[in-house]
Amino acid sequence: MDLYEYQGRDLFERHGLPVLAGGVATTPEEARAIAERLGGRVVVKAQVKVGGRGKAGGVKLAEGAEETVARATDILGMDIKGHTVHKVMITVTADVAEEYYFSYLLDRANRTFLCIASVAGGMDIEQVAAETPDKVVKAPIDAVEGVDEAKAREIVTAAGFPAEVADQVVEVAVGLWQAFVAEDATLVEVNPLAKTGEGKLLLLDAKVTLDENAGFRHPDHEALVDQAAVDPLEQAAKEKDLNYVKLDGEVGIIGNGAGLVMSTLDVVAYAGERHGGVKPANFLDIGGGASAEVMANGLEIVLSDPSVRSVFVNVFGGITACDAVANGIVQALALLEQRGEKATKPLVVRLDGNNAEAGRAILDGANNPLIQRVDTMDGAAERAAELAAAGV
Amino acid sequence: MAIWLTKDSKVIVQGMTGSEGMKHTRRMLAAGTTVVGGVNPRKAGTTVDFDGAELPVFASVADAMKETGADVTVIFVPPQFTKGAVVEAIDAEIPLAVVITEGVPVHDTASFWAYNVAKGAKTRIIGPNCPGIASPGASNAGIIPADITGTGRIGLVSKSGTLTYQMMYELRDIGFSTCVGIGGDPIIGTTHIDALAAFEADPETDAIVMIGEIGGDAEERAAEFIKANVTKPVVGYIAGFTAPPGKTMGHAGAIISGSAGTAEAKKEALEAVGVKVGKTPTETAKLMREIMSGR
Repeated sequence: MDLYEYQGRDLFERHGLPVLAGGVATTPEEARAIAERLGGRVVVKAQVKVGGRGKAGGVKLAEGAEETVARATDILGMDIKGHTVHKVMITVTADVAEEYYFSYLLDRANRTFLCIASVAGGMDIEQVAAETPDKVVKAPIDAVEGVDEAKAREIVTAAGFPAEVADQVVEVAVGLWQAFVAEDATLVEVNPLAKTGEGKLLLLDAKVTLDENAGFRHPDHEALVDQAAVDPLEQAAKEKDLNYVKLDGEVGIIGNGAGLVMSTLDVVAYAGERHGGVKPANFLDIGGGASAEVMANGLEIVLSDPSVRSVFVNVFGGITACDAVANGIVQALALLEQRGEKATKPLVVRLDGNNAEAGRAILDGANNPLIQRVDTMDGAAERAAELAAAGV
Repeated sequence: MAIWLTKDSKVIVQGMTGSEGMKHTRRMLAAGTTVVGGVNPRKAGTTVDFDGAELPVFASVADAMKETGADVTVIFVPPQFTKGAVVEAIDAEIPLAVVITEGVPVHDTASFWAYNVAKGAKTRIIGPNCPGIASPGASNAGIIPADITGTGRIGLVSKSGTLTYQMMYELRDIGFSTCVGIGGDPIIGTTHIDALAAFEADPETDAIVMIGEIGGDAEERAAEFIKANVTKPVVGYIAGFTAPPGKTMGHAGAIISGSAGTAEAKKEALEAVGVKVGKTPTETAKLMREIMSGR
């Protein structure tokens, strides 16, 4: 889960890291209250999970409460690269003398964590790394040993931080690592890490990604989810423990296993190229079990998407037997009818693997005109795409 | 002889007394796996009946190894306890630990991996979040359905569970030496490269199917490894060409991998070193079929 900047700032503050005083507002009136509390000159920053907001006019200075209200009014509701601004963060301003870069992140390739530090911060770190690689230090961090003062000092020396800020950077490096571990983050990035005119170090931006797998030991992380940004169908799916992602196409997809469903999206998209450019409408992994109830819940979600014109149910019976899945599909359609949501869109079903023959016989025996059985994955994708292209 | 798991492997199950552990222990036994016991400190000294086979429960992995000569552990404990279970397996220096559990925090995985490395990497860890490893006809450690395919000379390594099953099924008449599901988590104990190296060295494997998916750069690194070290034919499949871009990574993420982790980049990297990459699982199976029919 990626956090908004203000959430990252709050998280840093909770862990005792030096950030600017500020608050977050969803209305101009809330912005006024924050400006009055902070006093003087403030900066109003659009909260969007996309870069380039400064260039888009999403970051403005304001003097006093009235100007803050005016700037917040301008920015709230603004569209930045397809993201609507629902919140602004308001902080006091800082007198920035120098800008550095500092981050910790997961290093998949080396199966550990990595610290990236540079005295050339403030700008695009990828560009700095490409153009002046000697200005960027990448230090592997042992997951067991972590970052203590000695390790932090090693990084600070290697990155060439000026002597007058070295002690402060060491302190931030240790504190940031502790926050990284304590919060189960996979990324904490500070760009810029600024030195003020008085020589004080401040974390001026916060990019934080949290590991959702660690949610069980962070009940407080649930509150960080931006409910307004969650797709209503995704929300409904989540409430039913279904792994669903809304996409832009017309062919509803239901399958078992993340890899197989991802593969199904690809195969349907390829088939769509031959059928008017139809695309997958969603990703839905119903997991190993695929009981009638899970299938009904899945079908209900997929069919309630108005852009869906056909559905492709792609199941490989591994541990699950295909006859159970077939019964699940037939019962699911009956269950939906009972719930008053009778399905009207065609279902292309491909069952293969464990007990496939029995499963196919059950589908045939159901005599439901909505169910079309195709026994190969590629063939079924073709049929589902064709039906979606023909449907209105 | 297959890789890592053979008919002589003696398997214990951490979490055998839980519902998942129970269910899959029964399946492993039915598949012919030599399961010799389970581990649960609270139930140590008791036995569990599996259709007539009484399996003893031990207090620790070390005890189980001492009493039974076990050399493989399959871990089914919930995510909260997975790190502890793996650390126990590492401390006991069991040669192979297969971590089935899904949803393990990545800090926990990074931590037990670093611990294993610090202890001299005496334990091969497969997973977490994986279906396990199966050497058809010999042994099965994990949740891969045993009866999909027969014994043969293809090696399979895959990030995805159901795609593994699909591929095993497509090529069931030719058969497999070993199928390894390495899992799709950001940090995993056994990589594509580890499996490729083992299959290359295995006299009972003639060709390799490698299944990858979007994210990270493991497939790109595997391609480099294949170029330098693998003489056996390799066929690849990558899932996720049309998957939506996942969570926006910070800039820092892109620096390490040097690639966006897209399916296209992975396909290109593999094709550049002579690996044939199928567009669909079925097409991939067909490519492998052509290779095997020439033998």
